[in-house]
Amino acid sequence: MNKKPLTEPPIIKIDHVSKEYRLGAIGGTTLRDEMRRRKAERRHEADPTARIGYTGGAYGERFLALDDVSFEIRKGERIGIIGHNGAGKTTLLKLISQITAPTKGEIGINGRVASMLEVGTGFHGELTGRENVYLNGSILGMSKKEIDDKIEQIIDFSEIREFIDTPVKRYSSGMFVKLAFSVAAHLDAEILIMDEVLAVGDVDFQKKCIAKIKEISYSRHRTILYVSHNIASIRSLCSRCVVLEKGKLIYDGDVEQAISLYTGKQGLSRQEISFGSTDRSCFATDGKVRLQSLRFTDDVSSCFAYGQTIRAELSFLAEGTLKNLFFRLPVFTDSGTRVGTIHTQILPCVVPGSHRLMLTFSFEQLLPGKYSFWIIARSDSLADPAYDHDVVANAVVFEITAPDSTPLLPGGYYAGWGPILFPEAAAEDFADEKI
Amino acid sequence: MLDSKEYSLILSPRHRLFDLHLQEAFRHRDLIFLFVKRDFVAAYKQTVFGPLWFFINPILTTLIFTVIFGDLAGLPTLDAAGGAAIPGFLFYMAGNICWGLFSSTLTSSSNAFRSNAGLMSKVYYPRIISPVASALSHLITFGLQLAMFFVLYAFVFFTGRGELVFTWRVLMIPLIALQIMFLSVGCGILISSVTTKYRDLNMLVGLFVRFWQYATPIMYGLSLVSEKNSRLLKVYMLNPMTPIVTFFRYSAFGSGYFSLAYYLISWAITLAVLLLGLIMFSRIERSFVDTI
Repeated sequence: MNKKPLTEPPIIKIDHVSKEYRLGAIGGTTLRDEMRRRKAERRHEADPTARIGYTGGAYGERFLALDDVSFEIRKGERIGIIGHNGAGKTTLLKLISQITAPTKGEIGINGRVASMLEVGTGFHGELTGRENVYLNGSILGMSKKEIDDKIEQIIDFSEIREFIDTPVKRYSSGMFVKLAFSVAAHLDAEILIMDEVLAVGDVDFQKKCIAKIKEISYSRHRTILYVSHNIASIRSLCSRCVVLEKGKLIYDGDVEQAISLYTGKQGLSRQEISFGSTDRSCFATDGKVRLQSLRFTDDVSSCFAYGQTIRAELSFLAEGTLKNLFFRLPVFTDSGTRVGTIHTQILPCVVPGSHRLMLTFSFEQLLPGKYSFWIIARSDSLADPAYDHDVVANAVVFEITAPDSTPLLPGGYYAGWGPILFPEAAAEDFADEKI
Repeated sequence: MLDSKEYSLILSPRHRLFDLHLQEAFRHRDLIFLFVKRDFVAAYKQTVFGPLWFFINPILTTLIFTVIFGDLAGLPTLDAAGGAAIPGFLFYMAGNICWGLFSSTLTSSSNAFRSNAGLMSKVYYPRIISPVASALSHLITFGLQLAMFFVLYAFVFFTGRGELVFTWRVLMIPLIALQIMFLSVGCGILISSVTTKYRDLNMLVGLFVRFWQYATPIMYGLSLVSEKNSRLLKVYMLNPMTPIVTFFRYSAFGSGYFSLAYYLISWAITLAVLLLGLIMFSRIERSFVDTI
């Protein structure tokens, strides 16, 4: 990491911060328990209302949403915060944006924070679009003068100028989101905090927002904290990533490393996926092959660029001599529709014992989206056509990401166009008469 | 421990006793204004009479009071025995608009956390802005109703239907309004700080406000109490709203009841409640999001 002169403090310093919640007991405490607790606290005794020797996550149990998290953010950095649901991402943002106070530790901040934890916070249905821009802008920390200066830009950006003086309750949800985005995209605090806000709205508009935020960050040297499950947007926006898992900070640094860590099924060891304990009971298999693991040789294991060639090492155990063994990888969309199937070459003769196979394949023509594939081991012999040797359902869940530079489909792509992009058709204009 | 010289803002679990971010609240004054505007604009969208409801409500209430308590029950509309006769309608209206300001501000600021929970759990702004903005919008309503009151007052005054004496004491009305605001916001935020955790009390707010109204000379004149029992009066006057309401009528009508001692006690209680409310509010505002 590049070192800044020591005299300049970080713009945000998070110093051993923890945040504790009580499971289920959100304020649900009785006055009597409360008094007993207070009394014990004064006498430095143990909490009389706590259950003794019980560590399960039961009602009233204390739970650390953030557990001793420390890191620093320098001016102008664009930090992505990733982690699974419940990892503490939003809690962290809530602490930094002063919505709630930490239970332990301190957070030092140098500069004005504008946080967008939700699209359209404080929008009021009865007010017009324009009035809501003012209201929402002020709630997010802009002064009236700032909004006066930017209102035209905001309206242009939102693409809904003709409806700007209509009450927002008459808006479609898309229009609503666009207007709310536009306000957010024009926030100009030193520190911008965004939680999943770009995850909705249509693709083109999302791109426009990310571009706008990038521009703000580069040209004005703004610091950005961004939480999203959308890997593509993290990749295109962030300069550094922090990974949280169960309230703990498990990684801080390079974006790609962080993404591969996060997308991994078992945290760190994602590059290798083990099938040892996968349940196969619902498939009729003869058990002559036991699939053991799949190891991706590249860093990124479940997030592939469009058209990327993938190399992976498949380990399996053969129970007997097998003729004409091959593997089938049926690919499914995340809604479960079968897209197509990849076949490996046929292995003429496989001796008993453990084997490692280097597979090289690609999902060419598969459009960006979330997919999964199964792995089926099978022999190309007519003797036992009914049986597969082994089946691992949903062996790998992966995502295809769009290239940053060129759009894959003119006019943008949508899920509705289906998962496959066929090669471009030639179109020649051969009319004789030119008008 | 972070060095407070290095950071403009340090967030920590500790909390200072009286930390309301008033400077910050001042910087957010545009937001206060917009909240007030939102309350007004939103309240009367899609109504036929629109802002006329500001007037229709107190007029109807006053009419009912005049008929039920004045004509049917025959309660006195005098603050001091043997004082000048004030038309019942005007007497009740004076009490009603004062009480209206008090009860609506108290109710809305006692809901400050709960009714803004959605907003407050998503974005930070000095929390005190919410009760202040709602109090200001009720103050504007009060101003409009006061104007209506003085139109009726002028009508009675010039047609000679009652023994009204116009004095420059009417200039005390802004001070009275200020005190009502302080008292109601103080009580409201005190309640709101307690009810984020123990919702039970919230159920009692409506009942509490109604009892308080009975204990204040709104539906009857103070003479009802003072004539019957002078010892009861001493306790009765400790209700901070009583000196406020009687002082309002004393200032507006030029006659009635005024006791400086009780009035000062009322101010003392008002300021104490406000201070306590603010302390409790600042205690709870940092983490109420977790308990709401």
